[in-house]
Amino acid sequence: MGKTISEKIIGEHAGKEVSAGDIVVANVDVTAVQDGTGPLAVQQLNKINLVQAANPKSTVLFIDHAAPSPHKDLSNAHGLLRDFAKKTGVVLSEVGEGVCHQRLVESYVKPGDILIGADSHTCTSGALGAFSTGMGSTDVAIGIALGKTWLRVPETFKINVTGQFQKGVYAKDLILYVIGQIGADGATYKALEFTGDTIKAMTMSERFTLSNMAVEAGAKTGLIEADDVTKQYLEELGRGDEFRYIQADEDAEYEKVFDIDASKLEPVISAPHTVDNVKSLNELMGTKVDQVFIGTCTNGRLDDLEIAASVLKGKQRHPDTRLIVTPASKQVYIQAMEKGYIQTLVEAGAAVMAPGCGPCVGVHQGILGDEEVCIATQNRNFKGRMGNPNSYIYLSSPATAAAAAITGKITDPREVLV
Amino acid sequence: MKEELNGNSWKFGDDISTDLIAPGRYFHLRTNLPELAKHVLEDADPEFPAKVKSGDFVVAGRNFGLGSSREHAPTIIKLAGVNAVLAKSFARIFYRNAINVGLPVLICDTDKIDEGDKLSIELSNGVIHNQTKGTEITFNPLPNVMIRILNDGGLASHIEKHGDFKLED
Repeated sequence: MGKTISEKIIGEHAGKEVSAGDIVVANVDVTAVQDGTGPLAVQQLNKINLVQAANPKSTVLFIDHAAPSPHKDLSNAHGLLRDFAKKTGVVLSEVGEGVCHQRLVESYVKPGDILIGADSHTCTSGALGAFSTGMGSTDVAIGIALGKTWLRVPETFKINVTGQFQKGVYAKDLILYVIGQIGADGATYKALEFTGDTIKAMTMSERFTLSNMAVEAGAKTGLIEADDVTKQYLEELGRGDEFRYIQADEDAEYEKVFDIDASKLEPVISAPHTVDNVKSLNELMGTKVDQVFIGTCTNGRLDDLEIAASVLKGKQRHPDTRLIVTPASKQVYIQAMEKGYIQTLVEAGAAVMAPGCGPCVGVHQGILGDEEVCIATQNRNFKGRMGNPNSYIYLSSPATAAAAAITGKITDPREVLV
Repeated sequence: MKEELNGNSWKFGDDISTDLIAPGRYFHLRTNLPELAKHVLEDADPEFPAKVKSGDFVVAGRNFGLGSSREHAPTIIKLAGVNAVLAKSFARIFYRNAINVGLPVLICDTDKIDEGDKLSIELSNGVIHNQTKGTEITFNPLPNVMIRILNDGGLASHIEKHGDFKLED
Protein backbone atom coordinates (compact mmCIF):
# COMPACT_ATOMS: atom_id res chain seq x y z
CA MET A 1 0.00 0.00 0.00
CA GLY A 2 1.29 3.47 -0.93
CA LYS A 3 1.95 6.29 1.48
CA THR A 4 0.40 9.69 2.02
CA ILE A 5 2.70 12.71 2.33
CA SER A 6 2.30 12.59 6.15
CA GLU A 7 3.22 8.90 6.33
CA LYS A 8 6.31 9.46 4.16
CA ILE A 9 7.65 12.45 6.07
CA ILE A 10 6.92 11.13 9.57
CA GLY A 11 8.39 7.74 8.62
CA GLU A 12 11.65 9.38 7.51
CA HIS A 13 11.86 11.23 10.83
CA ALA A 14 10.94 8.23 12.99
CA GLY A 15 13.47 5.98 11.23
CA LYS A 16 10.88 3.36 10.31
CA GLU A 17 7.91 2.74 8.08
CA VAL A 18 4.73 4.18 9.59
CA SER A 19 1.01 4.15 8.79
CA ALA A 20 -1.94 6.25 9.91
CA GLY A 21 -2.76 5.57 13.56
CA ASP A 22 0.81 4.75 14.64
CA ILE A 23 2.24 6.70 17.58
CA VAL A 24 5.93 7.49 17.16
CA VAL A 25 8.73 9.67 18.47
CA ALA A 26 10.11 11.64 15.52
CA ASN A 27 12.99 14.05 15.01
CA VAL A 28 11.98 17.61 14.21
CA ASP A 29 13.87 19.90 11.82
CA VAL A 30 12.41 23.27 12.73
CA THR A 31 10.84 24.50 15.97
CA ALA A 32 9.14 27.85 16.52
CA VAL A 33 7.34 29.83 19.20
CA GLN A 34 5.85 33.32 19.19
CA ASP A 35 5.53 36.00 21.85
CA GLY A 36 2.16 34.69 23.07
CA THR A 37 3.38 31.13 23.60
CA GLY A 38 7.18 31.43 23.78
CA PRO A 39 7.50 32.93 27.27
CA LEU A 40 5.65 29.93 28.75
CA ALA A 41 7.87 27.56 26.73
CA VAL A 42 10.96 29.28 28.17
CA GLN A 43 9.52 29.14 31.69
CA GLN A 44 8.86 25.40 31.31
CA LEU A 45 12.47 24.73 30.26
CA ASN A 46 13.76 26.90 33.11
CA LYS A 47 11.60 24.95 35.55
CA ILE A 48 13.09 21.58 34.59
CA ASN A 49 16.64 22.92 34.09
CA LEU A 50 16.69 22.13 30.39
CA VAL A 51 17.77 25.49 28.95
CA GLN A 52 19.19 24.16 25.68
CA ALA A 53 18.39 23.87 21.99
CA ALA A 54 19.10 20.75 19.94
CA ASN A 55 19.13 22.69 16.65
CA PRO A 56 19.74 26.38 17.42
CA LYS A 57 19.91 27.52 13.77
CA SER A 58 16.45 26.17 13.01
CA THR A 59 14.85 27.17 16.30
CA VAL A 60 13.14 30.53 15.96
CA LEU A 61 11.50 32.75 18.58
CA PHE A 62 9.15 35.23 16.88
CA ILE A 63 8.06 38.57 18.30
CA ASP A 64 5.04 39.14 16.07
CA HIS A 65 1.76 39.01 18.01
CA ALA A 66 2.35 42.12 20.10
CA ALA A 67 5.02 43.88 18.07
CA PRO A 68 5.89 46.60 18.92
CA SER A 69 4.80 45.93 22.49
CA PRO A 70 1.64 47.75 23.63
CA HIS A 71 2.06 46.87 27.34
CA LYS A 72 4.92 46.68 29.86
CA ASP A 73 4.07 43.09 30.81
CA LEU A 74 4.45 42.12 27.16
CA SER A 75 7.72 44.02 26.90
CA ASN A 76 8.97 41.92 29.83
CA ALA A 77 7.69 38.74 28.15
CA HIS A 78 9.65 39.74 25.03
CA GLY A 79 12.67 40.09 27.31
CA LEU A 80 12.33 36.42 28.33
CA LEU A 81 12.60 35.43 24.65
CA ARG A 82 15.59 37.69 24.00
CA ASP A 83 17.42 36.28 27.05
CA PHE A 84 16.71 32.69 26.02
CA ALA A 85 18.03 33.40 22.51
CA LYS A 86 21.25 34.85 23.95
CA LYS A 87 21.76 31.87 26.28
CA THR A 88 21.09 29.14 23.72
CA GLY A 89 22.08 30.71 20.39
CA VAL A 90 18.65 30.18 18.81
CA VAL A 91 17.29 32.70 16.30
CA LEU A 92 15.25 35.68 17.49
CA SER A 93 12.91 37.29 14.96
CA GLU A 94 12.53 40.87 16.19
CA VAL A 95 9.77 43.48 16.06
CA GLY A 96 9.15 44.43 12.43
CA GLU A 97 10.40 41.22 10.79
CA GLY A 98 6.95 39.75 10.35
CA VAL A 99 4.44 37.00 11.16
CA CYS A 100 6.06 33.73 12.17
CA HIS A 101 4.35 31.63 9.48
CA GLN A 102 5.42 33.94 6.66
CA ARG A 103 8.99 34.13 7.99
CA LEU A 104 9.11 30.34 8.38
CA VAL A 105 8.27 29.71 4.72
CA GLU A 106 10.58 32.48 3.49
CA SER A 107 13.69 31.38 5.38
CA TYR A 108 13.49 28.24 7.51
CA VAL A 109 11.24 25.40 6.31
CA LYS A 110 11.96 23.18 3.32
CA PRO A 111 10.11 20.30 1.61
CA GLY A 112 10.19 17.09 3.64
CA ASP A 113 10.79 18.81 6.98
CA ILE A 114 8.91 18.34 10.21
CA LEU A 115 8.10 21.70 11.82
CA ILE A 116 6.40 22.02 15.19
CA GLY A 117 5.34 25.48 16.24
CA ALA A 118 3.56 26.90 19.26
CA ASP A 119 0.94 28.57 17.12
CA SER A 120 -2.08 26.87 15.63
CA HIS A 121 -1.48 28.21 12.12
CA THR A 122 1.89 26.43 11.90
CA CYS A 123 0.09 24.27 9.32
CA THR A 124 0.85 27.08 6.80
CA SER A 125 4.25 25.55 5.93
CA GLY A 126 2.43 22.40 4.79
CA ALA A 127 2.16 24.12 1.41
CA LEU A 128 5.92 23.57 1.00
CA GLY A 129 5.43 19.81 1.32
CA ALA A 130 6.57 19.88 4.96
CA PHE A 131 4.76 18.18 7.85
CA SER A 132 4.07 21.27 9.94
CA THR A 133 1.74 21.35 12.90
CA GLY A 134 0.74 23.53 15.83
CA MET A 135 1.25 22.42 19.42
CA GLY A 136 1.33 24.08 22.82
CA SER A 137 4.20 25.75 24.64
CA THR A 138 5.38 22.67 26.54
CA ASP A 139 5.35 20.34 23.52
CA VAL A 140 7.40 22.81 21.51
CA ALA A 141 9.68 23.58 24.47
CA ILE A 142 10.60 19.90 24.65
CA GLY A 143 11.01 19.85 20.86
CA ILE A 144 13.42 22.79 21.10
CA ALA A 145 15.47 21.16 23.86
CA LEU A 146 15.57 17.55 22.59
CA GLY A 147 15.03 17.97 18.84
CA LYS A 148 12.12 15.53 18.80
CA THR A 149 8.46 15.12 19.59
CA TRP A 150 5.81 12.42 19.78
CA LEU A 151 3.22 12.23 17.02
CA ARG A 152 0.24 10.18 16.04
CA VAL A 153 0.43 9.60 12.29
CA PRO A 154 -2.79 11.15 10.96
CA GLU A 155 -5.28 9.76 8.50
CA THR A 156 -5.61 12.01 5.45
CA PHE A 157 -8.49 13.74 3.66
CA LYS A 158 -7.74 14.45 0.00
CA ILE A 159 -9.13 17.75 -1.28
CA ASN A 160 -9.10 17.42 -5.07
CA VAL A 161 -9.75 20.73 -6.84
CA THR A 162 -10.15 21.10 -10.60
CA GLY A 163 -11.22 23.92 -12.91
CA GLN A 164 -10.48 27.64 -13.10
CA PHE A 165 -11.72 30.30 -10.71
CA GLN A 166 -14.16 32.87 -12.07
CA LYS A 167 -13.21 36.53 -11.84
CA GLY A 168 -13.37 37.77 -8.22
CA VAL A 169 -12.88 34.27 -6.73
CA TYR A 170 -9.61 33.45 -4.97
CA ALA A 171 -7.82 30.78 -2.92
CA LYS A 172 -9.40 32.35 0.20
CA ASP A 173 -12.90 31.78 -1.17
CA LEU A 174 -11.96 28.16 -1.91
CA ILE A 175 -10.66 27.43 1.57
CA LEU A 176 -13.62 29.13 3.26
CA TYR A 177 -15.91 27.04 1.05
CA VAL A 178 -14.02 23.86 2.00
CA ILE A 179 -14.25 24.65 5.73
CA GLY A 180 -17.96 25.38 5.33
CA GLN A 181 -18.36 21.94 3.76
CA ILE A 182 -16.18 19.98 6.21
CA GLY A 183 -17.17 21.92 9.35
CA ALA A 184 -15.00 23.40 12.11
CA ASP A 185 -14.34 19.95 13.59
CA GLY A 186 -14.86 17.83 10.47
CA ALA A 187 -11.15 17.10 10.03
CA THR A 188 -10.08 16.92 13.69
CA TYR A 189 -6.83 14.88 14.05
CA LYS A 190 -6.64 14.45 10.24
CA ALA A 191 -4.17 15.79 7.68
CA LEU A 192 -5.53 17.52 4.59
CA GLU A 193 -3.80 17.06 1.22
CA PHE A 194 -4.77 19.64 -1.38
CA THR A 195 -4.30 18.44 -4.94
CA GLY A 196 -5.72 18.66 -8.46
CA ASP A 197 -5.18 20.93 -11.49
CA THR A 198 -6.33 24.08 -9.69
CA ILE A 199 -3.81 23.60 -6.89
CA LYS A 200 -1.00 22.69 -9.30
CA ALA A 201 -1.61 25.97 -11.16
CA MET A 202 -1.57 28.07 -7.98
CA THR A 203 1.28 30.33 -6.82
CA MET A 204 2.93 29.50 -3.50
CA SER A 205 1.20 32.49 -1.92
CA GLU A 206 -2.22 31.09 -2.83
CA ARG A 207 -1.17 27.67 -1.56
CA PHE A 208 -0.11 29.17 1.78
CA THR A 209 -3.60 30.65 2.15
CA LEU A 210 -5.08 27.15 1.81
CA SER A 211 -2.67 25.38 4.16
CA ASN A 212 -2.89 28.20 6.71
CA MET A 213 -6.58 27.52 7.31
CA ALA A 214 -6.44 23.70 7.53
CA VAL A 215 -6.64 24.01 11.33
CA GLU A 216 -9.98 25.82 10.97
CA ALA A 217 -11.46 22.46 9.95
CA GLY A 218 -9.70 20.89 12.95
CA ALA A 219 -6.87 19.42 10.85
CA LYS A 220 -3.36 18.76 12.08
CA THR A 221 -1.77 20.07 8.90
CA GLY A 222 -2.62 21.02 5.32
CA LEU A 223 -0.18 19.48 2.87
CA ILE A 224 0.55 20.25 -0.77
CA GLU A 225 3.10 18.28 -2.79
CA ALA A 226 6.44 19.99 -3.45
CA ASP A 227 6.55 20.49 -7.24
CA ASP A 228 8.14 22.80 -9.79
CA VAL A 229 6.21 25.80 -8.43
CA THR A 230 7.70 25.10 -5.00
CA LYS A 231 11.12 24.71 -6.59
CA GLN A 232 10.90 28.06 -8.34
CA TYR A 233 9.67 29.75 -5.15
CA LEU A 234 12.70 28.54 -3.19
CA GLU A 235 15.07 29.39 -6.06
CA GLU A 236 13.77 32.96 -6.11
CA LEU A 237 14.52 33.15 -2.37
CA GLY A 238 18.07 31.92 -3.02
CA ARG A 239 17.20 28.57 -1.41
CA GLY A 240 17.08 26.35 -4.51
CA ASP A 241 19.53 23.87 -2.95
CA GLU A 242 17.01 23.11 -0.19
CA PHE A 243 14.38 21.84 -2.64
CA ARG A 244 13.34 18.25 -3.20
CA TYR A 245 10.18 16.77 -4.70
CA ILE A 246 7.68 15.43 -2.17
CA GLN A 247 4.49 13.72 -3.29
CA ALA A 248 2.04 11.10 -2.15
CA ASP A 249 2.10 7.66 -3.77
CA GLU A 250 -0.56 7.04 -6.44
CA ASP A 251 -2.04 4.26 -4.32
CA ALA A 252 -1.93 6.08 -0.99
CA GLU A 253 -4.92 5.46 1.25
CA TYR A 254 -7.24 8.38 1.99
CA GLU A 255 -9.95 8.33 4.62
CA LYS A 256 -12.12 10.68 2.54
CA VAL A 257 -11.85 12.37 -0.84
CA PHE A 258 -13.57 15.69 -1.62
CA ASP A 259 -13.90 16.69 -5.30
CA ILE A 260 -14.41 20.39 -5.89
CA ASP A 261 -15.06 22.20 -9.18
CA ALA A 262 -13.37 25.59 -8.72
CA SER A 263 -15.20 27.09 -11.71
CA LYS A 264 -18.52 26.80 -9.84
CA LEU A 265 -17.35 28.77 -6.77
CA GLU A 266 -18.50 32.31 -5.97
CA PRO A 267 -16.95 34.78 -3.53
CA VAL A 268 -17.92 33.76 0.03
CA ILE A 269 -17.66 35.14 3.56
CA SER A 270 -17.47 33.53 7.01
CA ALA A 271 -19.99 35.29 9.22
CA PRO A 272 -19.69 35.65 13.04
CA HIS A 273 -18.74 33.80 15.21
CA THR A 274 -17.36 30.60 13.64
CA VAL A 275 -15.21 30.07 10.55
CA ASP A 276 -17.50 27.36 9.20
CA ASN A 277 -20.46 29.78 9.17
CA VAL A 278 -19.82 30.34 5.46
CA LYS A 279 -22.33 32.39 3.48
CA SER A 280 -22.66 33.62 -0.07
CA LEU A 281 -22.16 37.35 -0.61
CA ASN A 282 -25.83 37.75 -1.51
CA GLU A 283 -26.87 36.85 2.02
CA LEU A 284 -24.69 39.56 3.55
CA MET A 285 -24.57 42.32 0.93
CA GLY A 286 -25.10 45.76 2.43
CA THR A 287 -23.97 44.90 5.99
CA LYS A 288 -22.35 48.09 7.36
CA VAL A 289 -18.60 47.79 8.01
CA ASP A 290 -16.70 49.92 10.56
CA GLN A 291 -13.23 48.51 9.95
CA VAL A 292 -11.47 46.69 7.14
CA PHE A 293 -8.30 44.74 7.91
CA ILE A 294 -6.02 43.41 5.17
CA GLY A 295 -3.04 41.38 6.32
CA THR A 296 -2.04 38.30 8.43
CA CYS A 297 -0.43 34.94 7.76
CA THR A 298 -3.53 34.07 5.73
CA ASN A 299 -3.62 37.00 3.29
CA GLY A 300 -0.87 39.54 3.99
CA ARG A 301 1.47 38.63 1.13
CA LEU A 302 2.52 40.61 -1.94
CA ASP A 303 -0.23 39.36 -4.24
CA ASP A 304 -2.84 40.09 -1.55
CA LEU A 305 -1.64 43.68 -1.27
CA GLU A 306 -1.56 43.88 -5.07
CA ILE A 307 -5.22 42.86 -5.26
CA ALA A 308 -6.15 45.37 -2.53
CA ALA A 309 -4.19 48.13 -4.28
CA SER A 310 -5.80 47.37 -7.66
CA VAL A 311 -9.27 47.64 -6.11
CA LEU A 312 -8.43 50.84 -4.18
CA LYS A 313 -6.30 52.63 -6.79
CA GLY A 314 -7.51 56.20 -7.26
CA LYS A 315 -10.34 55.65 -4.76
CA GLN A 316 -10.90 56.65 -1.14
CA ARG A 317 -11.98 54.58 1.82
CA HIS A 318 -15.56 55.27 2.88
CA PRO A 319 -15.57 58.11 5.46
CA ASP A 320 -17.24 55.87 8.08
CA THR A 321 -14.82 52.95 7.55
CA ARG A 322 -11.24 52.57 8.80
CA LEU A 323 -8.77 50.66 6.67
CA ILE A 324 -5.83 48.87 8.33
CA VAL A 325 -3.14 47.14 6.26
CA THR A 326 -0.37 44.95 7.70
CA PRO A 327 2.23 43.37 5.40
CA ALA A 328 3.01 39.83 6.58
CA SER A 329 6.79 40.32 6.59
CA LYS A 330 9.55 42.84 6.06
CA GLN A 331 10.25 41.31 2.64
CA VAL A 332 6.60 41.65 1.61
CA TYR A 333 6.61 45.25 2.89
CA ILE A 334 9.70 46.21 0.87
CA GLN A 335 8.41 44.59 -2.32
CA ALA A 336 5.00 46.24 -1.87
CA MET A 337 6.73 49.61 -1.50
CA GLU A 338 8.84 49.02 -4.60
CA LYS A 339 5.77 48.14 -6.63
CA GLY A 340 3.85 51.17 -5.36
CA TYR A 341 1.11 49.19 -3.59
CA ILE A 342 1.81 50.82 -0.23
CA GLN A 343 1.64 54.29 -1.79
CA THR A 344 -1.71 53.43 -3.42
CA LEU A 345 -3.14 52.02 -0.20
CA VAL A 346 -2.01 54.96 1.95
CA GLU A 347 -3.41 57.41 -0.60
CA ALA A 348 -6.71 55.54 -0.41
CA GLY A 349 -6.76 56.14 3.34
CA ALA A 350 -5.09 53.03 4.76
CA ALA A 351 -3.24 53.01 8.09
CA VAL A 352 -0.24 50.74 7.39
CA MET A 353 1.11 48.83 10.40
CA ALA A 354 4.53 47.27 10.93
CA PRO A 355 4.87 43.67 9.68
CA GLY A 356 3.34 41.28 12.24
CA CYS A 357 -0.04 39.88 13.25
CA GLY A 358 -1.69 43.31 13.42
CA PRO A 359 -5.15 43.45 15.06
CA CYS A 360 -5.98 39.78 14.32
CA VAL A 361 -5.18 38.56 17.84
CA GLY A 362 -7.04 41.30 19.73
CA VAL A 363 -3.98 42.77 21.42
CA HIS A 364 -3.59 46.11 19.66
CA GLN A 365 -3.64 48.06 16.38
CA GLY A 366 -7.39 48.00 15.75
CA ILE A 367 -9.40 46.59 18.67
CA LEU A 368 -13.09 46.83 17.83
CA GLY A 369 -15.65 48.91 19.75
CA ASP A 370 -18.95 47.57 21.06
CA GLU A 371 -21.30 46.46 18.27
CA GLU A 372 -18.68 47.29 15.63
CA VAL A 373 -18.22 45.20 12.49
CA CYS A 374 -14.91 44.30 10.87
CA ILE A 375 -14.30 42.53 7.59
CA ALA A 376 -10.84 40.96 7.68
CA THR A 377 -8.61 38.78 5.53
CA GLN A 378 -7.50 36.83 8.62
CA ASN A 379 -8.38 33.22 9.46
CA ARG A 380 -10.58 33.50 12.59
CA ASN A 381 -13.78 35.28 13.54
CA PHE A 382 -14.39 33.83 17.01
CA LYS A 383 -16.29 35.94 19.50
CA GLY A 384 -13.75 38.24 21.17
CA ARG A 385 -10.99 37.44 18.69
CA MET A 386 -10.24 41.09 17.92
CA GLY A 387 -10.28 42.17 21.56
CA ASN A 388 -13.99 42.71 22.17
CA PRO A 389 -16.63 39.99 22.65
CA ASN A 390 -19.30 42.55 21.72
CA SER A 391 -18.10 42.96 18.14
CA TYR A 392 -18.56 41.08 14.85
CA ILE A 393 -15.91 39.74 12.48
CA TYR A 394 -16.47 38.64 8.86
CA LEU A 395 -13.73 36.81 6.95
CA SER A 396 -13.12 37.28 3.23
CA SER A 397 -10.60 37.52 0.42
CA PRO A 398 -8.52 40.70 0.06
CA ALA A 399 -10.67 41.74 -2.94
CA THR A 400 -13.93 41.50 -0.98
CA ALA A 401 -12.37 43.31 2.00
CA ALA A 402 -10.98 46.10 -0.21
CA ALA A 403 -14.35 46.53 -1.92
CA ALA A 404 -15.98 47.04 1.51
CA ALA A 405 -13.42 49.73 2.33
CA ILE A 406 -14.71 51.80 -0.60
CA THR A 407 -18.43 51.39 -0.03
CA GLY A 408 -18.48 51.05 3.79
CA LYS A 409 -20.55 47.88 3.51
CA ILE A 410 -20.21 44.29 2.36
CA THR A 411 -19.92 44.50 -1.42
CA ASP A 412 -19.43 42.09 -4.30
CA PRO A 413 -15.80 42.61 -5.40
CA ARG A 414 -16.77 41.83 -9.01
CA GLU A 415 -18.54 45.22 -9.05
CA VAL A 416 -15.31 47.10 -8.38
CA LEU A 417 -12.67 44.88 -10.01
CA VAL A 418 -11.47 46.24 -13.34
CA MET B 1 -3.28 11.63 39.40
CA LYS B 2 -6.22 10.89 41.68
CA GLU B 3 -8.14 7.81 40.66
CA GLU B 4 -11.58 9.10 41.61
CA LEU B 5 -12.77 12.64 40.99
CA ASN B 6 -15.84 14.17 42.66
CA GLY B 7 -17.48 17.52 41.97
CA ASN B 8 -20.28 19.58 40.44
CA SER B 9 -20.92 20.30 36.77
CA TRP B 10 -20.87 23.59 34.90
CA LYS B 11 -22.45 23.27 31.49
CA PHE B 12 -21.24 24.93 28.26
CA GLY B 13 -22.27 24.58 24.61
CA ASP B 14 -20.49 23.58 21.38
CA ASP B 15 -17.38 25.25 19.91
CA ILE B 16 -15.98 26.82 23.09
CA SER B 17 -12.88 28.46 21.59
CA THR B 18 -9.62 29.30 23.30
CA ASP B 19 -10.63 32.95 22.78
CA LEU B 20 -13.62 32.32 25.07
CA ILE B 21 -11.47 30.43 27.60
CA ALA B 22 -8.46 32.80 27.67
CA PRO B 23 -9.42 36.01 25.82
CA GLY B 24 -6.82 37.77 23.67
CA ARG B 25 -7.47 41.08 25.43
CA TYR B 26 -5.66 39.60 28.47
CA PHE B 27 -2.62 38.73 26.33
CA HIS B 28 -0.38 40.67 28.73
CA LEU B 29 -1.39 38.34 31.60
CA ARG B 30 0.04 35.25 29.94
CA THR B 31 3.15 35.44 32.11
CA ASN B 32 0.92 35.83 35.21
CA LEU B 33 -1.26 32.73 35.08
CA PRO B 34 -3.00 33.10 38.51
CA GLU B 35 -4.19 36.54 37.38
CA LEU B 36 -5.22 35.22 33.93
CA ALA B 37 -7.15 32.42 35.69
CA LYS B 38 -9.46 35.07 37.20
CA HIS B 39 -10.85 35.51 33.65
CA VAL B 40 -11.18 31.83 32.74
CA LEU B 41 -14.12 31.17 30.38
CA GLU B 42 -15.31 34.72 31.06
CA ASP B 43 -16.50 35.33 27.51
CA ALA B 44 -18.57 32.13 27.54
CA ASP B 45 -20.07 32.83 30.99
CA PRO B 46 -19.08 36.11 32.71
CA GLU B 47 -20.02 34.68 36.15
CA PHE B 48 -17.96 31.50 35.79
CA PRO B 49 -14.65 32.69 37.34
CA ALA B 50 -16.51 33.79 40.50
CA LYS B 51 -18.71 30.74 40.92
CA VAL B 52 -16.42 27.81 40.01
CA LYS B 53 -15.28 25.80 43.05
CA SER B 54 -12.24 23.60 43.47
CA GLY B 55 -13.03 20.08 42.25
CA ASP B 56 -15.79 21.11 39.81
CA PHE B 57 -16.13 19.86 36.24
CA VAL B 58 -16.49 21.78 32.99
CA VAL B 59 -19.02 19.92 30.83
CA ALA B 60 -19.37 20.97 27.19
CA GLY B 61 -20.59 19.96 23.75
CA ARG B 62 -18.61 19.42 20.55
CA ASN B 63 -15.14 20.69 19.61
CA PHE B 64 -14.14 22.11 23.00
CA GLY B 65 -10.98 24.25 22.87
CA LEU B 66 -10.91 24.97 19.15
CA GLY B 67 -8.64 27.72 17.92
CA SER B 68 -5.26 28.83 19.09
CA SER B 69 -2.43 26.73 20.47
CA ARG B 70 -2.37 28.71 23.73
CA GLU B 71 -1.59 26.21 26.47
CA HIS B 72 -2.68 28.95 28.86
CA ALA B 73 -6.28 27.84 28.15
CA PRO B 74 -6.16 24.39 29.82
CA THR B 75 -3.65 25.70 32.37
CA ILE B 76 -6.03 28.34 33.74
CA ILE B 77 -8.95 25.90 33.73
CA LYS B 78 -6.80 23.71 35.97
CA LEU B 79 -5.64 26.67 38.08
CA ALA B 80 -9.28 27.64 38.64
CA GLY B 81 -9.61 24.28 40.43
CA VAL B 82 -11.45 22.36 37.71
CA ASN B 83 -10.89 18.59 38.10
CA ALA B 84 -11.57 17.57 34.50
CA VAL B 85 -13.22 18.74 31.29
CA LEU B 86 -15.90 16.50 29.78
CA ALA B 87 -16.98 17.08 26.18
CA LYS B 88 -18.45 15.28 23.19
CA SER B 89 -15.20 16.07 21.34
CA PHE B 90 -12.08 18.20 21.72
CA ALA B 91 -9.99 20.22 19.29
CA ARG B 92 -6.65 18.51 18.74
CA ILE B 93 -4.18 21.03 20.16
CA PHE B 94 -6.29 21.74 23.25
CA TYR B 95 -6.58 18.00 23.97
CA ARG B 96 -2.83 17.51 23.76
CA ASN B 97 -2.14 20.64 25.81
CA ALA B 98 -4.56 19.55 28.54
CA ILE B 99 -2.71 16.28 29.03
CA ASN B 100 0.63 18.10 28.94
CA VAL B 101 -0.44 20.36 31.82
CA GLY B 102 -2.06 17.51 33.76
CA LEU B 103 -5.74 18.31 33.18
CA PRO B 104 -7.87 15.19 32.48
CA VAL B 105 -10.06 15.55 29.37
CA LEU B 106 -12.81 12.99 28.85
CA ILE B 107 -14.79 12.34 25.67
CA CYS B 108 -18.34 11.25 26.50
CA ASP B 109 -22.04 11.88 25.86
CA THR B 110 -22.46 15.10 27.82
CA ASP B 111 -26.17 15.42 26.89
CA LYS B 112 -26.79 13.18 29.89
CA ILE B 113 -25.35 15.76 32.30
CA ASP B 114 -27.09 18.99 33.35
CA GLU B 115 -25.64 22.02 35.07
CA GLY B 116 -25.28 21.39 38.79
CA ASP B 117 -25.25 17.59 38.51
CA LYS B 118 -22.92 15.98 41.02
CA LEU B 119 -20.49 13.58 39.34
CA SER B 120 -18.09 10.93 40.56
CA ILE B 121 -15.58 9.80 37.93
CA GLU B 122 -13.45 6.63 37.94
CA LEU B 123 -10.63 7.61 35.59
CA SER B 124 -9.04 4.27 34.77
CA ASN B 125 -12.33 2.34 34.62
CA GLY B 126 -13.84 4.91 32.29
CA VAL B 127 -17.06 5.39 34.28
CA ILE B 128 -18.87 8.58 35.25
CA HIS B 129 -21.50 8.21 38.01
CA ASN B 130 -24.08 10.98 37.77
CA GLN B 131 -25.09 10.99 41.42
CA THR B 132 -27.80 13.60 40.90
CA LYS B 133 -29.57 11.55 38.23
CA GLY B 134 -28.50 8.11 39.48
CA THR B 135 -27.13 7.24 36.02
CA GLU B 136 -23.82 5.99 34.62
CA ILE B 137 -21.93 7.19 31.54
CA THR B 138 -18.93 5.36 30.13
CA PHE B 139 -15.99 6.89 28.29
CA ASN B 140 -13.02 5.48 26.41
CA PRO B 141 -9.91 5.65 28.59
CA LEU B 142 -7.09 7.87 27.25
CA PRO B 143 -4.43 6.41 24.92
CA ASN B 144 -1.54 4.83 26.87
CA VAL B 145 0.94 7.50 25.85
CA MET B 146 -1.30 10.16 27.33
CA ILE B 147 -1.95 8.22 30.54
CA ARG B 148 1.83 8.00 31.01
CA ILE B 149 2.28 11.74 30.59
CA LEU B 150 -0.72 12.51 32.81
CA ASN B 151 0.50 10.15 35.54
CA ASP B 152 3.90 11.83 35.51
CA GLY B 153 2.16 15.16 36.16
CA GLY B 154 2.40 16.52 32.63
CA LEU B 155 4.98 16.54 29.83
CA ALA B 156 7.61 18.75 31.49
CA SER B 157 7.64 16.47 34.57
CA HIS B 158 7.66 13.39 32.32
CA ILE B 159 10.84 14.61 30.57
CA GLU B 160 12.37 15.74 33.87
CA LYS B 161 11.77 12.28 35.32
CA HIS B 162 12.93 10.16 32.36
CA GLY B 163 15.31 12.55 30.55
CA ASP B 164 13.55 11.67 27.29
CA PHE B 165 10.21 10.47 25.93
CA LYS B 166 9.35 7.19 27.62
CA LEU B 167 6.14 6.18 25.93
CA GLU B 168 6.58 2.41 26.16
CA ASP B 169 7.80 0.00 28.85
